[in-house]
Amino acid sequence: MAVATKSEKIQRLAELTAVSETSTGASLWREAFRRLKSSKMAIVGAVIIVAFVLVAVVGPFLAPYSPSAQTWRNEVFPNQGKFVGARDGNWFGLDHLGRDLFSRMLVGARQTLLVGIVATLIGLVAGFLIGIVSGAAATLGGDTGRRVDSVIMRFIDMMLALPSLLLAVSIAAVMGQSLTTVMIAVGVVQVPVFARLLRGSMLAQGNADYVLAAQSLGVRKRRIVLSQILPNSLSPVIVQATLSLATAIIEAAALSYLGLGNPDPAIPEWGVMLAQAQRFFSYAPAMAVYPAVGIIITALGFTLLGEAMREALDPKLRG
Amino acid sequence: MSLLELDGVKVHFPIKKGVLVDRTVGHVYAVDGVSLKVEAGETYGLVGESGCGKTTLGRSVLRLVDITEGSVVLDGTDLAKLPGEEMRRFRRRLQMVFQDPLGSLNPRQNIESILSEGMIAHGIGKDQEERREKIKAILDKVGLPSNALARYPHEFSGGQRQRIGIARALVLEPDVIICDEPVSALDVSVQAQVINLLEELQQELGLTYLVIAHDLAVVRHISDTIGVMYLGSLVEEAPSDALYAEPKHPYTKALMSAVPVPDPEVEDKRERILLTGDLPSPANPPSGCRFHTRCPWAQAERCATERPQLRDVGGGHRVACHYAEDIASGKLSLNQGEIVSATREGVDDNPETDTPAEDTPAEDAPAKVPAQAEKPAKDAPVAEADKASDADKASEAEKPAKADKPAQAEKPADGDKASEAEKPAKAEKPAEAEKVTKADEAV
Repeated sequence: MAVATKSEKIQRLAELTAVSETSTGASLWREAFRRLKSSKMAIVGAVIIVAFVLVAVVGPFLAPYSPSAQTWRNEVFPNQGKFVGARDGNWFGLDHLGRDLFSRMLVGARQTLLVGIVATLIGLVAGFLIGIVSGAAATLGGDTGRRVDSVIMRFIDMMLALPSLLLAVSIAAVMGQSLTTVMIAVGVVQVPVFARLLRGSMLAQGNADYVLAAQSLGVRKRRIVLSQILPNSLSPVIVQATLSLATAIIEAAALSYLGLGNPDPAIPEWGVMLAQAQRFFSYAPAMAVYPAVGIIITALGFTLLGEAMREALDPKLRG
Repeated sequence: MSLLELDGVKVHFPIKKGVLVDRTVGHVYAVDGVSLKVEAGETYGLVGESGCGKTTLGRSVLRLVDITEGSVVLDGTDLAKLPGEEMRRFRRRLQMVFQDPLGSLNPRQNIESILSEGMIAHGIGKDQEERREKIKAILDKVGLPSNALARYPHEFSGGQRQRIGIARALVLEPDVIICDEPVSALDVSVQAQVINLLEELQQELGLTYLVIAHDLAVVRHISDTIGVMYLGSLVEEAPSDALYAEPKHPYTKALMSAVPVPDPEVEDKRERILLTGDLPSPANPPSGCRFHTRCPWAQAERCATERPQLRDVGGGHRVACHYAEDIASGKLSLNQGEIVSATREGVDDNPETDTPAEDTPAEDAPAKVPAQAEKPAKDAPVAEADKASDADKASEAEKPAKADKPAQAEKPADGDKASEAEKPAKAEKPAEAEKVTKADEAV
């Protein structure tokens, strides 16, 4: 082993000192992002999601044919069980009306992504607002606050008891069947989940010493909630939002499958496509496989990223 | 007039039960009538065991918990009656340093942001630039480099974090700083640094401290006056030196007797007052004197019925005990608990006059069951000679009162067994015991 000379040691020390002086401190968010980047699970999930989003954004422009044009109508005879599978020019084959399945998949991705994001956003925003009010009331509101929190939570419990399907059916009865109905139904079901999660997380932080410290400093309550408690309570909500995207897409597909989705045949959506394919499953299983695999892979991407984020945001959870 | 005066402060937490409508089924008497005065520029130390209410008292001064009754007067203003917003502004003059240095710093804020928080809340400094200058000056004062500004709490060591906590209190230029166990979470060497820092700052800035601690050595070092708390109230209050030289309250005596002395000669002669029983629940405190259930000198009638008030027994020494003088003069004798030698392990320069080695049977590792102490040593024959040599000491081990004092039973001459027993510090003892026995044989 080479023995470092005195001058070498001094130099090394100087380098180390320089490094420590220039370091600008790593926030927990940045550390979490660093951990996320080094996680294989996160990379795989992110690649899938990016690919999916790309398809959703540029897909309609890449589609070789119109998704609604029944160009090959005279080649498909569903009544006789005669379908056209994958072939040159129609890579995924044709559907029961003679439309190009590949084009429909590409265009349908946009609707699927839209449903997932909008439904999750509805749940996230509403749940977040309810959660933050409830959490803030419970932690800093004293006796009155605890009462307010208690009332809100009973209301949330009621919402939790509502099955999404029932909700979707009743919303559809009022608003008519459409993609909006599906998005609202899936979104509303997520509200109590986010509200409870944020409230619970805030309650846990509310007893932390640094909240007490902020109070003793004389920081205003609103600021304590927004700049002290909230940033520390966000991790589980972020993770849940990512995971919800996956469930929202699957739930939306399920609702579309049941015929509550967009009835307009011109606008393809994976869930609707799956529902249509079901009738012809014994003759042309490929028709169902493409949208199903699409949904599964997308959901998998969000789930992988969500799980990786959970670990990155809270390394303690790692077994 | 004193800078900070507490008068009959009570903090009672309701115990609530009920599904829909909360019913109050009782109270936890966390702080039950504490009156004390802190002079400007002085340090008031508050000691007591865990659960005696000292932290709650500290928090009640800052109104971090609601005061049920009594007044906290800072410089003529009764904080207990201040409405919310005025109290918030008043907090500038009254700051707190917390026990857990990491837990009391928001992990998502960098140091600059943490230290700015209070200044923003009180409108100190026109812009961030001005605040940053002030923060840098304070950081320098508490001995932190100015490049700490952009860093986050988890990037610092324990001692540094506590310095940040102190800096956070200092930026608001408070009159009084309440230090809640400021050093108990730190290494001993770092404790000294932080305590010295607190003292330097006190001299430089003329600060007044209310220090809450359970470490008697720390409190003695920094306090001018010390108050001893037991179950929500003060039992004794005296100038630091007087309290340590001559504790008057039985509880203080017991507390002081538990402090080891770093001098082997003195340590060997040191005697411990062993209290019986556990700390009673603050939800259901004993009648009369709160301490009478555990007091070795408790008298039949008066102690259980009449609650003693703090009274001056001369020289600013205040005691809440009916019989303080009688105990001091030796007129009263023990009627429960006992006084034992503090060093029972029989490790001494002169083994022949030493306390015996009583062996805990190896099969029963926890030294809690009294019967164990009486059982003969089965698999530690080396120590037996020792044991037989001192009959009257051995008899001590038979008293059931010792049941919960693992310190008394000598650990078996076997590393494994010793480590199973409750006090890890004893692990080193077996080897020594063996040495002693060998010396015996040589004699």
